[in-house]
Amino acid sequence: MGVLVYTESWNGSFRKSTFEAVSYANETAKLLGTEVTAISLGKVNDSELSKLGNYGASKVVSIEAVKKGDSQGCTNAIADLANDASAIIFSNTYTAKMIAPRLSAKLKIGAINNVVEIASNISPFTVKRKAFSTKAIETTKVNSKKVILSISPNSFRLIETGGSCIIESVESTEKGDVTIEGQETLSGKISISEAEIVVSAGRGLKGPENWGMIEELAEILGGATACSKPVSDIGWRPHSEHVGQTGKAVTANLYIAIGISGAIQHLAGVNSSKIMVAINTDPEAPFFKAADYGIIGDAFEVVPKMIEEIKKIT
Amino acid sequence: MNIVVCISSVPDTTSKINFTENGSNFDSSGVQFVINPYDEFGLTKAMMLKEVSGGGKVTIITVGDATVEPVMRKALAIGADEAIRINMTATDSYSTATEISNYLKSNPADLIITGKESIDYNGGAVGGMIAEMMKLPFINACIGLEVNGSKTKLIREIEGGKENILANLPFVIGGQKGLVQESELRIPNMRGIMQARSKPLNIIEPTANESMTESLNFKKPAEKGSCKLVDSNDVAKLVSLLQNEAKVI
Ligand SMILES: Cc1cc2nc3c(=O)[nH]c(=O)nc-3n(C[C@H](O)[C@H](O)[C@H](O)COP(=O)(O)OP(=O)(O)OC[C@H]3O[C@@H](n4cnc5c(N)ncnc54)[C@H](O)[C@@H]3O)c2cc1C
Repeated sequence: MGVLVYTESWNGSFRKSTFEAVSYANETAKLLGTEVTAISLGKVNDSELSKLGNYGASKVVSIEAVKKGDSQGCTNAIADLANDASAIIFSNTYTAKMIAPRLSAKLKIGAINNVVEIASNISPFTVKRKAFSTKAIETTKVNSKKVILSISPNSFRLIETGGSCIIESVESTEKGDVTIEGQETLSGKISISEAEIVVSAGRGLKGPENWGMIEELAEILGGATACSKPVSDIGWRPHSEHVGQTGKAVTANLYIAIGISGAIQHLAGVNSSKIMVAINTDPEAPFFKAADYGIIGDAFEVVPKMIEEIKKIT
Repeated sequence: MNIVVCISSVPDTTSKINFTENGSNFDSSGVQFVINPYDEFGLTKAMMLKEVSGGGKVTIITVGDATVEPVMRKALAIGADEAIRINMTATDSYSTATEISNYLKSNPADLIITGKESIDYNGGAVGGMIAEMMKLPFINACIGLEVNGSKTKLIREIEGGKENILANLPFVIGGQKGLVQESELRIPNMRGIMQARSKPLNIIEPTANESMTESLNFKKPAEKGSCKLVDSNDVAKLVSLLQNEAKVI
């Protein structure tokens, strides 16, 4: 019995998706009548670790020596602690996408990703998940007693419990056959997959030199910037900003599409955002069929006005 | 170098997704199937590695019934040397990975490439599971791979950046755009299509067929209400709606 949750950190800090996974783990633990143990890999200080208690972890096991890019080391370190766990919860991070499938194969436990709701049944575990690039919601069950679930970002709310947790440091010698040379990250950049607000622009912006207003709008909203596929293919923006069916999936509270026509492949990856806004000169642009709000107009006039208006209220 | 690329046959990205009457299965009638876009980046990378090294072999492998063969022929037309079809309807990631790794255990490869996920069921698990079953390293969302003898430099995408990794072959990667560029993808030419017809496509029978997950049903997400249009001279109104009605800013 027991619920394990993998709590990912970046440079020693947790993010919202981590706390969502712990909240989800805690709701699952209530269904099972058990408690949540969080596993933190890499160096995270005690004051950060203790935040996990507020989302329902009763115990945190911290393993400093294991590196995130080493999927074998991470998998083995978690497996060493998983004997008594009925459910193992992940957020849908890049690292979790390497560990969860490995763990499933190693422990012979059914794994389900893109999960959007708490289990509707615990015997066998049955959940709803997104499939067909958000064109469908699938109900899936596992054929094993235990379950591994990866939670889609922004689909499960944070639940603060006011609780606290005990912290235990564990040595681990688990190491796989890779050497991590180092990371290159753009500091201060909000990740598209986790962002609550995403400001996205397409070919309608005419050229890379016009992205200043997109970045400014994203910045004052505290959001991430994104783009359509052709924009990244022609090199106006980095590939890491490409969203859609063949790029990153967006599950934001607010997705603002500026000069994006709304092709089926684009919509497939962004459609599960809660509110979508389209700004486009063409009244026939398909995006208006998918959007909640829209302005038929020129981005070069509308966006600066938006920035001005939002500055007034923030 | 002996490279195996796992290819998934998926509905074309323009397909309208429908399900059979009670929502129990994907309705494939009228749907065009294509090589999973993420796998295509991997296949192209495999071709390029083979060309640079001046030798070796690119084998594609698909778990599926006979309906996946046109997509496999397309991969052969792009340039793969031979194809293996494991004759079983793929039901979940675990059974697919089990079959592929059982094949690989008796037919070792230097490099195993999958896509980071397939665009139909979006499980994103086959690569990691194969790696675990074979006890090999796994680098997902791989956007860089430089082979130098058996030592290789890899780059994987991470939140807000990338990570540089060194590993020795053999290992498994999950590919995506960046492994090769969009402009490097290859369209099969007439000669390729003709040659593909006579390249070996071997059918082998499954060994285990054991799945760990099961689909119960599919539903389409609720239709959105209609779009509220705001006049372009009244941007303040849009901002106010987002703040007070939608409550998202
Ligand atoms: C296999 C496959 C996979 C794909 N995957 C993806 C994917 O993952 N993501 C993705 O985005 N696309 C994807 N595509 C491409 C997709 O089909 C579209 O071509 C693409 O989304 C169009 O990008 P866009 O909207 O930026 O450009 P366009 O379609 O050229 O649209 C530009 C829009 O800007 C508007 N506009 C022009 N000037 C202005 C202005 N001044 N102010 C406001 N609006 C203006 C125009 O009216 C138009 O609607 C894929 C295609 C294929 C074949």
